[in-house]
Amino acid sequence: MKTRILGFVALAAVIGAAVNGLFVVPADLNQGDAQRIMYVHVASAWLAYASFGVTALAGLAYLIRRDMRLDALALAGAEVGVMFTAFAIWGGMMWGRPVWGVYWQWEDPRLTTTALLLALYVGYLLLRRLTDDPARRAARAAVVGLIAAVDIPIVHFSVIWWRGLHQGPTIGDPSKILNPSAPLQFVLALLAMLAAFTLVWVYLLIRRYQLARVEWQLEEDARRGRVAAARQVAVPSGVEEPAG
Amino acid sequence: MTDAGFVIAAYGVILGGIALYAALLARRLGSARDESGRTDDSDSPR
Repeated sequence: MKTRILGFVALAAVIGAAVNGLFVVPADLNQGDAQRIMYVHVASAWLAYASFGVTALAGLAYLIRRDMRLDALALAGAEVGVMFTAFAIWGGMMWGRPVWGVYWQWEDPRLTTTALLLALYVGYLLLRRLTDDPARRAARAAVVGLIAAVDIPIVHFSVIWWRGLHQGPTIGDPSKILNPSAPLQFVLALLAMLAAFTLVWVYLLIRRYQLARVEWQLEEDARRGRVAAARQVAVPSGVEEPAG
Repeated sequence: MTDAGFVIAAYGVILGGIALYAALLARRLGSARDESGRTDDSDSPR
């Protein structure tokens, strides 16, 4: 019930932030209306980082504690993260064409490392389908999730470390927190969208986690059913199974 | 395509995609809970 309320609050927040970004905040002097895409593009990118961070941390915690709930959280982070990464890429392409003149450029480090991030976590999700053994699947996925997370700081700092088409951070750079290189109205619109998207992100993460837990329970039920059926075949009827 | 067209394409796909994913997730969760006999939001194992 609480999750459902969160869903409605998140929906209202996204509608409010979208109306603000599309109709209330003025268009940028140089980029025109295309700049409005930044609000959804940047928010999606930040939540992609957060999602994969959840996957990596939950995976690490799983390797230490071997708790299947942590594996469910890691899976939820990866699936939601893949979605937000794809949306960040899409938003960037829709902004890049009118502003840069191209949808995509493989020579750009930010774009290429983000594409790699998407491929790594799609691989993570595919890897999970390779085995039916929940413990083995969780351990393998945790290792891959941790290795893939190395790309998160590379994506983030790529615009500082290397020269490319993508501009540097507008407010993500610590030196620009009090002096962002965008008007305050734009920064507030971005933060409003980020807050709204974060509510949606929490809602989706909870729902995906719940689904993973129910699916795991169904898997366990099926496994127990198979074990019970195998025992019935192995032990002749009328013969009592030895204790232990 | 005009700037407005790119803005509509970006917002449409991203917000529509989130809505679609949320709806699919709710459907998958509903059918999984039906199959397992669980109806609540809690995470406690049966």
